[in-house]
Amino acid sequence: MERDKKLQVLAHGMALIFTVCVLLPLLILISSSFTDDKVLLREGYNIFPRAFSLDAYTYLFDAGSSILRSYGISILLMVLGTTISLLITTPLAYVISRPRLTLRGPLTFMVFFTMLFHGGLVPTYVNYVNVFHLKNTFWALLIPNLLMPAIYVLLMKNYFQASVPNELLEAASIDGAGEFRCFLSVAVPLAKPIIATVALFVGMGYWNDWQNGYIYLSKRTDLYSIQTLLNAMMRNIQFLSENQMDMSSSAQAISEIPSTSVRMAIAFLGILPILVIYPLVQKNIVKGITLGAVKG
Amino acid sequence: MKKRSKIRRELPIYLMALPGVIYLIINNYMPLPGLVLAFKQYSAKRGIWGSAWAGLDNFKYLFATQDAWVITRNTVLYNAVFILLNTALGITYAILLSSMKAKKAGNFYRGVMLLPYMISSVILSYLVYAFLGVESGLINKMIIEPLGGEAISWYAEQKYWPFILVIVNCWKSVGYQMVIYYSSITGIDDSYYEAAIVDGATSWQQITKITLPLLKPTITMLVLLSVGRIFNSDFGLFYQVPMNSGALFPVTNTIDTYVYRGLIELGTITKSAAAGFFQSLVGFVLILSANSLVRRFDRENALF
Repeated sequence: MERDKKLQVLAHGMALIFTVCVLLPLLILISSSFTDDKVLLREGYNIFPRAFSLDAYTYLFDAGSSILRSYGISILLMVLGTTISLLITTPLAYVISRPRLTLRGPLTFMVFFTMLFHGGLVPTYVNYVNVFHLKNTFWALLIPNLLMPAIYVLLMKNYFQASVPNELLEAASIDGAGEFRCFLSVAVPLAKPIIATVALFVGMGYWNDWQNGYIYLSKRTDLYSIQTLLNAMMRNIQFLSENQMDMSSSAQAISEIPSTSVRMAIAFLGILPILVIYPLVQKNIVKGITLGAVKG
Repeated sequence: MKKRSKIRRELPIYLMALPGVIYLIINNYMPLPGLVLAFKQYSAKRGIWGSAWAGLDNFKYLFATQDAWVITRNTVLYNAVFILLNTALGITYAILLSSMKAKKAGNFYRGVMLLPYMISSVILSYLVYAFLGVESGLINKMIIEPLGGEAISWYAEQKYWPFILVIVNCWKSVGYQMVIYYSSITGIDDSYYEAAIVDGATSWQQITKITLPLLKPTITMLVLLSVGRIFNSDFGLFYQVPMNSGALFPVTNTIDTYVYRGLIELGTITKSAAAGFFQSLVGFVLILSANSLVRRFDRENALF
């Protein structure tokens, strides 16, 4: 019993250390967004705001039309991306879950092979830019992420196989339901949990994506999502610190960089939806991770 | 003939797969011929197909420079350390949290530990910058300066970055690993532990004699699969967190960041293409080998 107590103490101690390590940076981020910018510059970041101020937020909502627009683009992108992604992923997964289908093997392989071999950035970029002319369009943010990674298709396929009995589909078919009807009114309702889980991961992927904006939007800064905007600001700071001598070009860059507290406020707004939604959907996320890891 | 008529009968169901299939063709299969770029002298005017062949010249240039060695070493070594630490810490935390009697606290800890996994690497770079910024960063301002030390310009000093990247990666990924192992542990039949307790086994003995042996298949599988992906680096971590700082490239450049910079920033497309081709090919071989090893241990969990 004595040993067991030690284990409990150890467990709580180690878990607390990690918890502090996770929460501390987030706390600093939030507190600095509520700190007066001059104090922030003079005294540095801190865990609690030394001089409480809402300036960063009033600035954002007053003058920050580009920031609000970025927020809007992030939301639009997430909603549209998740919807379209589910609309193409779910039926594909359903089809390759059906037994006795002649082309089932080739179709499954087509999905599966993408997990083994990937062309990489260069061919993908050339394809989207030269063939489909996605550069500097909204589609460049949406399209490259629709069905990736293929593991979600396979997870859904496994779920359909395990929880939609074939007899049920055959019975519906005998009752005169067409293939599409079977899918929509028999299979989809039974697969709701996995659809929700995949939706969550795809939605999170869209919300957090900054790479597509960075790679494909070289001119259209008006299409920046919140993550791409944050990325661009960080790049400007880096540019400044590496080219301090070159005052003429840095003067312009300075004017484009919002103050530290404003940047922190934008970053906070960037994780806010995740912080709000996460506690509600933690179970689904854990389920998605375990399913995905064990089969992929 | 019979097969063809069967396919025709099945046509409505294939129609449902069509959008997905078209997407896979556009996103995954159409780029594949573009891999020949690695063997071409690219000229933007002539396009991929019109450009002259370069044979293996692009690879020769790539491997003649120090770059090829540096990016391969960085990618593989960092990943190896990540796999080792994430696995060890993931298992440790999974065991500790699953043995916790206070279930509510356990749930809370698990939730918090998984949180970093959901934060984008851009925001991650902001968090790291709050600690490492030269003028207002927390470490310089709160620790080094009060102790009378001189402020360190973190983003210009290579020697710290192997540690910083490893710490940041742990921060981000240990929770994810922990969740997988945790669910594996909760799947273990309670009767094993009950029998052990009756026999007077200590907590430590229960961990080493029951939990760890029963976790072995999961550990083997996860480690092998991550070894199969050892040639792919976390682009966000290596690009964003060091803020693309040129002074740090020798210790932060990986295959993915190298390919990206060549393609977008430097315009050395063919070198990027060669490095990317190298990555795709070695990655393919590695994942096939990893899978055949997994199959040998545990058929159930192999990818195929």
